[in-house]
Amino acid sequence: MRLKTFPGGIHPHDEKQYSKSAAISNFPTPKRVIIHLSQHIGAPSTPIVEQGEKVQKGQLIAQASGFVSLNQHASISGSVNKIGRFLHPTGSMSSAIEIISDGQNDIIPLDDDPKFLELPVDVLKERIGNAGICGMGGAGFPTHVKLSPPADKPIDTVILNGVECEPYLTSDYRLMLRNSDEIISGLKIIMKIVGANKGMIGIEANKPDAIALMQKRCAKEKDLEVVGLKMQYPQGAEKQLIYAATNRKVPAGGLPMAVGVVVQNVGTAVAIYEAARYQKPLIDRVISITGPMVKTPMNLLAPIGTLYSDLVEHCGGLNGALGKAISGGPMMGFALPSLEAGMTKGSSGLVLLGEKAARSMAEHTCLRCARCVDICPMNLMPSMIANAVKYDDLEIAVKAGLNDCIKCGSCAYVCPAQIRLVQWIDTGKIRYAEIQRNK
Amino acid sequence: MNSKDKLFVAPAPHVHDKSTVKNVMWNVVLALVPALLFATYFWGFRALLLTLTGAVTAVVCEAIIQKLRKVPVTVHDGSAFLTGLLLAFNIHVGAPIWLPIVGAAFAIIVGKQVFGGLGNNPVNPALLGRAFLLASWPTRMTGGWVGVKDYAMSGLNNLPRIATNLQELSPKAYELVTSATPLGVAKTLRDSSFVADINAQAGGIDLGGRIFSSLTEMETLRSLFWGNIGGCIGEVSAFALLLGAAYLLYKNIIEWRIPLFYIGTVFVLSLLFGGIPGSGTSILLPFFHIFSGGLLLGAFFMATDYTTTPLSKKGRIIFGIGCGLLTIVIRLVGGYPEGVSYSILFMNVMTPLIDRMTMPKAFGRIKK
Repeated sequence: MRLKTFPGGIHPHDEKQYSKSAAISNFPTPKRVIIHLSQHIGAPSTPIVEQGEKVQKGQLIAQASGFVSLNQHASISGSVNKIGRFLHPTGSMSSAIEIISDGQNDIIPLDDDPKFLELPVDVLKERIGNAGICGMGGAGFPTHVKLSPPADKPIDTVILNGVECEPYLTSDYRLMLRNSDEIISGLKIIMKIVGANKGMIGIEANKPDAIALMQKRCAKEKDLEVVGLKMQYPQGAEKQLIYAATNRKVPAGGLPMAVGVVVQNVGTAVAIYEAARYQKPLIDRVISITGPMVKTPMNLLAPIGTLYSDLVEHCGGLNGALGKAISGGPMMGFALPSLEAGMTKGSSGLVLLGEKAARSMAEHTCLRCARCVDICPMNLMPSMIANAVKYDDLEIAVKAGLNDCIKCGSCAYVCPAQIRLVQWIDTGKIRYAEIQRNK
Repeated sequence: MNSKDKLFVAPAPHVHDKSTVKNVMWNVVLALVPALLFATYFWGFRALLLTLTGAVTAVVCEAIIQKLRKVPVTVHDGSAFLTGLLLAFNIHVGAPIWLPIVGAAFAIIVGKQVFGGLGNNPVNPALLGRAFLLASWPTRMTGGWVGVKDYAMSGLNNLPRIATNLQELSPKAYELVTSATPLGVAKTLRDSSFVADINAQAGGIDLGGRIFSSLTEMETLRSLFWGNIGGCIGEVSAFALLLGAAYLLYKNIIEWRIPLFYIGTVFVLSLLFGGIPGSGTSILLPFFHIFSGGLLLGAFFMATDYTTTPLSKKGRIIFGIGCGLLTIVIRLVGGYPEGVSYSILFMNVMTPLIDRMTMPKAFGRIKK
């Protein structure tokens, strides 16, 4: 198979050796979960339960507060202990519903529509919306919104993202090995909803068994194709994946639908399948607990809202002094102040690093070595943007690509002066947005 | 599990390729070691002494200035050492010991620290130091080339075969080939009245043409390649420089665009315009131009200086072509036999303009 790729990018060591051979195992029902009201891009969900109320696993506990918002369901049975501020996997405090388990583990009754592919598009979309599904790769865009492109943007291709280009993470990989049929069913549902005649599954070359398995499953499907991708970060970034798979360039500031493409994560495809067939809400997901500091790295199917600390305990605890806990991958993930955060629908992994790996080096003066320019997958000038932000010249920052930056972190990864380019660029983005708002 | 552990919180990315400024600079120094060894082999211990004097002076000056500026002393990063080393590489082995001291001090103080130190200097400090020395002590910088063998000052070891009695045949031609670098010989032979003179001295034979064609003979090129020639310390051996350059390219410390377009431009232009009237050009002439003088040292080690060269890929191509063009213009029609350092200095000054003109279009942006 000829591997495809995109221009630019870096080649970090993939570090997947920790957890890649661990098959997905079920995490037992936790004692408590924290269901965040902001697990997605868009308005926070509105709670419809009260403190002390009994809830059953799968029950709707917070409603979407608009079209670009999300339903949230109880991921365990028990009672609502508190609605308040809890630690979010992005490292900040955020509104959430805390449920204490009652030891029961029965989910609300589910239906089964074996002929789910014959359901009308409206019904499928409604079920996905009801199930509270958002992109499970990390960004968390509400799926029912993504699957409702305007009529003037015809979609011909659906790409499933099984790239998992972040180092360490293996949850999508193990999911592809375990749930290939569900993933393909999910892909077919998405294709039906958006009216696409072509389905692709993009997988990076470091997962040859997943590529082989998916190819076997797709062998008899004329309209499905497995795309092998070169190991290169950020291969799984939406625009880069679309370019590698279809040779189409998403216009700057535009969405994939502008080039007739919808991209969904493989985990999302499974959730879509379960919502379409069983009307099962999204209440659990696979998460990698990995890194050098965890005793037994695992890929766990755990209820949404499970505390990271419980997951780590289940993996045998820590190997030694923990330096940094990263929610997500090490390139774009968030360093947590503690492990007391409840996982969300976008939590693909928890990476535990030692003290030495955690320490950051001092920032030096920019040498203008242009490594960041050479590897920027968006073809920007990261050092120039960062410098412009530093000296408060947002005009130059915008010219050098401030608003096109996808914050993949490749520039900071290669910078010999250890300049925190992403942080500077992010600061610029925030300042720029403020100025636009005040206009 | 103990959740009271203090965790490090920092923005993403949380991993790094472990490259450092220090690593970059000392690797470039390492890449210049072969050239230094060749120079020491051909010219003796004094080449080593002059080079280390330049490097140490640069380090001391940087430390003093940083102390005076009350900023952290960062001489361990190797950048000052490298500047001093490159400055000394631009001095010939017969130079007095104070020359690299003055040059390195000027390079670091005026060329670098005045502008705020590493990353802020507008032009290559080593080249600025060299230009300063050349303007202040031109005879010290160019006079008294130290050769390695008979005739070998000019690298033209094969000349005896052309005219064993060159000294009697044409004293003027003899003086030329024993006192100038190969590029100096090539330059002088472009002067048609000079050529007419030595031809007349030699009784009408085309001595000028013969000497010129000897420049592109395999024997000359071999001397230039291995280092059997007169010139500055760092320019002695094309082979040693290419070895170092290959290492830097392999380690991804320098990028190929500037050297390729620089050398490529010199190749094409010297092929087209490098000949002298009457003798025409030769396919070997570009190799003479590439292996002579400071071109390889300049193209791989000076024109690739991060701070003073453009950021964008397109900008680097323009930079390389500009350097090549200016080098050939100076070598063929300018006032000096060699033009590498001035071309690079000139293009350094152009860098902010090139940067502004060549800002890349973001992925997915329509070209306007």
